[in-house]
This record gives sequence, C-alpha cells and structure tokens, in this order.
Amino acid sequence: MAKFKPKTVYVIFIAAPADKVWQALTSTEFTKKYFWERSVEIEPKVGGSFTLRLPDGRVNVRGKVTEYDPPRKLTYTWHVEWPEDFSKLPECLVSYEIVPAGDAVRLTMTESHSWDVPEAILSGGRVGWPAVLSALKSLLETGKAPAIKMEPPLGMIDAIRKLKR
Amino acid sequence: MSKPSFIYVTYIRTTPEKLWAALTDPQTIKKYWFGITAECDWKPGSSWSLKFDDGRTADTGEILESVPYRRLVIGHWQNQFKPELNAAGSSRCTMEIEVAEHYPGSGDSAVKLTIIHEAETEQGGPLIEAVSGGWPKVMSNLKSLLETGDVAFQPKA
Repeated sequence: MAKFKPKTVYVIFIAAPADKVWQALTSTEFTKKYFWERSVEIEPKVGGSFTLRLPDGRVNVRGKVTEYDPPRKLTYTWHVEWPEDFSKLPECLVSYEIVPAGDAVRLTMTESHSWDVPEAILSGGRVGWPAVLSALKSLLETGKAPAIKMEPPLGMIDAIRKLKR
Repeated sequence: MSKPSFIYVTYIRTTPEKLWAALTDPQTIKKYWFGITAECDWKPGSSWSLKFDDGRTADTGEILESVPYRRLVIGHWQNQFKPELNAAGSSRCTMEIEVAEHYPGSGDSAVKLTIIHEAETEQGGPLIEAVSGGWPKVMSNLKSLLETGDVAFQPKA
C-alpha cells in the first residue's frame, strides 16, 4: 500500500457516548441526517466495502475499510466517483478516532494522501469536514442538524481539471 | 519560512448576535473556557487579557479590530503563564462570524465561526501547536453551550 500522510485533521468534542458517535459514522439512516442527505454503507469488517451515496442513489465515493475497531477507530479508502472530473483524483484515506474525554468524546477526522496534493485540492476537505462534523455534533447533542449549503471551491475544480489522468 | 498558523471552523445553530455576546461576555466565556475569562471593553486599541479563576493573568493582548456580530481581531497576544510559550512570541487571532447559506428544506440554519490564529513571528511553532490543541475544546464547548445550554465537557479537576 502506498504511504499516506495526514494533510487535514479536524478535532471536535461531542457530548455523547462513544458508541453513539460510532453509530452516527457508520449507520446509513443516521448519515443522511447530517451528511447532505448522503448515505454511508459500510461492510463491518476490514476489507469490507465503503460506499457514500447521493440522495438519488448514485455513488459519490467508493472505498475499502482498512481499520474497523468499534467504537474506537474506523478507516476507509476514499475514491470519488462523482462528479466525474473528480474521479481522476487518487484515493485518499479517511480515518476517524474516538477517544473518551471526561463525559464527552474527542472525535478526530484525519484525511491522508499518498501524493503531493495541491493545496487547492485539499481545500475541498478543509471546507467540507467542519460542516459535516459540526452537523454531526449538533445532531447527537440536540437531535437536529444544520443543513449548510456548500459547493466544491472553484480553485479546487480548476486544479482537478488541470490534473493529468 | 512562513509564520505558523492554525484555522478552525465551526458551525453553530445560533444567531450572530448571540454568538458575539458569547465571545465577549466574561461570565459566558468562563462557562466554555474552563474557568478562564476575558477582561476587555472590546473597543479597537483597548487592552485585552485572559484571567484564571484565581485572578492570575493567563494571556495579554490588544484589540486590533472589533466589528460587533462580524469580526474581532486580537493582536500582540502573548502567553504569560508558561515560559516556553511566552518565549514563542506573540500571535494574532481573528474571529469571523458569517451567516452560513443553508438548504431550508433539509435542516436548520447556522452561523459559521472561523478562528484564524497566526504567530506574529517565525518562532511561533510551539505556540500554534498549543492553540491547535486548545481551540477545538473551547469551540466545541461554546457550540454545545449555545445549542444546548450546557458545555460539552469539563476537564478533570
């Protein structure tokens, strides 16, 4: 496997038990409520498949589970299939770590890459993850998530267009 | 070599007015900042400090910009209680408040809070490392306080 280096890290503290946070990350129905109505499908084992579907059922992201240790650590590869332009991006790794912190838990999301990713391309995750994980925290603590409107940054789209396949 | 910096973004189900109040009211700050509070009149040019519960000064600085409900910049931010962080020099913290666009059909609206904490010198690495650990705790607590009326967690006494 290629060597992946962490490029984007987001830490958030959530007042919920670790198993609830785990469920929020792995359950299809739950993810729809905070991940722009996208749904996660995970085969619960190392080597299992990971799929992120758009609300209309199309596949947005596909990957493979590389770490599965409930309710502590979850890692999968992340290859964007839609929009089509984005599919030439090499796969990255998305990893979640859940650690108890007093009555709450610390959730750390790490996006790691195996190549020298331009900052413009990293900007997509850097604007997206805070919105997704803020919504996840709101949902677990209050039962309601904000639905933050977001598009990929223009600089990211340009940088992807310039990439060779 | 560029000056080290840290950025943290969080979305909170609140209004810019309530968020501004939470960022500037000493009693509210104390609730989500683990007993630390701020002393300041929040006017440009005014001195600013963070105080521990027992009255000791944790940090000092100066208000460079203050636009209620939108933007607050604290400059010459200097740690005063850890020699190694004091030696790492001063920093500048910008807090920006924006109403986030949202999809009304699928959930609530939110306010986006962006914290940009930059070293003012090239030696600020250790300082930025320290604030990278601190901001997620403080911001997570602030978000919980505004959304639920209670903070997310308190460190062990």
